Amino acid sequence: MEDMKEIILEYVIEEYCDEENDEVTFDTPLISGGIVDSFSMVSLKRFLENKYNISIPDADATPEAFDTVRKIELLVKKYL
Amino acid sequence: MAYSNKVKEIYKNQLSAIQDAGLFKQERFIHSSQAAEIEVEFPTGSAPKKVINVCANNYLGLSSHPEVLKAAHDGLDQRGYGMSSVRFICGTQDIHRELEKKVSEFLGTEDTILFPSCMDANAGVFEAILTSEDVMISDRLVHASIIDGMRLCAAQHDTFKHSDMDHLEKKLQLHSNKRLKVVINDGVYSMDGDTAKLDEIAALCEKYDALLFVDESHSSGFIGKTGRGTHEKCGVMGKIDIITTTFGKALGGASGGCVSGRKEIVEMCRQKARPYLFSNTIAPVVVSGVLRVLDILSQSTERRDKLEANTKFWRKGLTEAGFVLKDGDTPIVPVMLFNAKLAQDFSRDLFDLGIYAIGFFFPVVPQGAARIRTQISAGHEMHHLEKALDAFIKVGKKYDILGKTKQEITDKYGC
Ligand SMILES: Cc1ncc(COP(=O)(O)O)c(C=O)c1O
Repeated sequence: MEDMKEIILEYVIEEYCDEENDEVTFDTPLISGGIVDSFSMVSLKRFLENKYNISIPDADATPEAFDTVRKIELLVKKYL
Repeated sequence: MAYSNKVKEIYKNQLSAIQDAGLFKQERFIHSSQAAEIEVEFPTGSAPKKVINVCANNYLGLSSHPEVLKAAHDGLDQRGYGMSSVRFICGTQDIHRELEKKVSEFLGTEDTILFPSCMDANAGVFEAILTSEDVMISDRLVHASIIDGMRLCAAQHDTFKHSDMDHLEKKLQLHSNKRLKVVINDGVYSMDGDTAKLDEIAALCEKYDALLFVDESHSSGFIGKTGRGTHEKCGVMGKIDIITTTFGKALGGASGGCVSGRKEIVEMCRQKARPYLFSNTIAPVVVSGVLRVLDILSQSTERRDKLEANTKFWRKGLTEAGFVLKDGDTPIVPVMLFNAKLAQDFSRDLFDLGIYAIGFFFPVVPQGAARIRTQISAGHEMHHLEKALDAFIKVGKKYDILGKTKQEITDKYGC
């Protein structure tokens, strides 16, 4: 199975980055770094829920928990 | 709970955090009416200084226009100061309905409902017309008031990259199973001054059976050949299902806003939109003023034509001087400085030279995209613009950024 981090990173780049964005890595701050605004975060949450067939409670879907690909992976694994 | 020291501390800490982050906003007191030249007390406590204003939303120079003032005076005399009521109890005068009809005519829509502000229109409209079976698909750069409105609505929401039609199309496909889909945009984006591709967006909405929403706050009155807005410019008048706009910018600049569009949608707002139901009616003085504004704009395109000419002069002058601008052709002309401190210093130096323009930086614009946002007005005469341009060039030279690229500026000042 493809590494979960890779899958998430690929989605983040496709969904949120323009050509002019600098390179995004597993540890790039997405929300605090202004790449993903907190309002647009919903599509990421929905993607994860559909892809991994899980449900992330809103209370856990905080900007902090979504701030890097690495943190997102931890969050997803908690509900697998 | 009493307002204890503990509570006080909580707020004090939050306020100092705002201050430490350099994000503390301070008002500057203006001792004159809104116009091309204003008198500003800055810093607070100093004697008011006469400066040229290049940061007002007074695009058509109507905020202090004598005919608008006269109409407002007449409105005050004939219909009184206030109504002390929401619209549906005893707050609707003949002139409120007259204004709704005039706005519909001006925008080319079926019907219109007034709101206390466009912020209220945006806050109320989505909840009034959508349910959890529906989806709102918004451009990522829409105005904060639209985001608040979407947050208040039970419909699902999703976003697309700014003005990216391929991404929008993907989202429309993704949500094809929803009962209603609404695509949500600003007509002119207030921070960058670029225009929505409404012709392409309207075509996509038709193809995927989606409703089209546009906030025309920075377009109504001056964008398009006769100033009707972005939909006129893009050749899609009659194809926009929901327009929201404000009377607080080009259209006299006092206050008030509206939802204008399909008859049934406007009626749903009248029945259900909470800021309409639970907030006071627009004051008769303001209604009378806006009525006169729409008359002036319907009779002649002189003011929007002058604004267009002023804008061309201003963009050309800044470009030739070697500033980095955001592309576009609207009167919102952002002069890019990239670094937040540079933007603040630049603004202060301009003020010393008699030009009032404000620096914008994160979080109002993205990190590394600090700027001075200039806004041109039909109220500007050539000598105002020449003087302002002179000042920009002087300050530009001082910081040695003329003719420099983004890379060169950020190498020197950071971003
Ligand atoms: C795009 C946009 N929509 C709505 C508003 C709010 O308008 P009003 O001042 O009428 O509440 C503004 C004002 O800043 C705006 O720029």
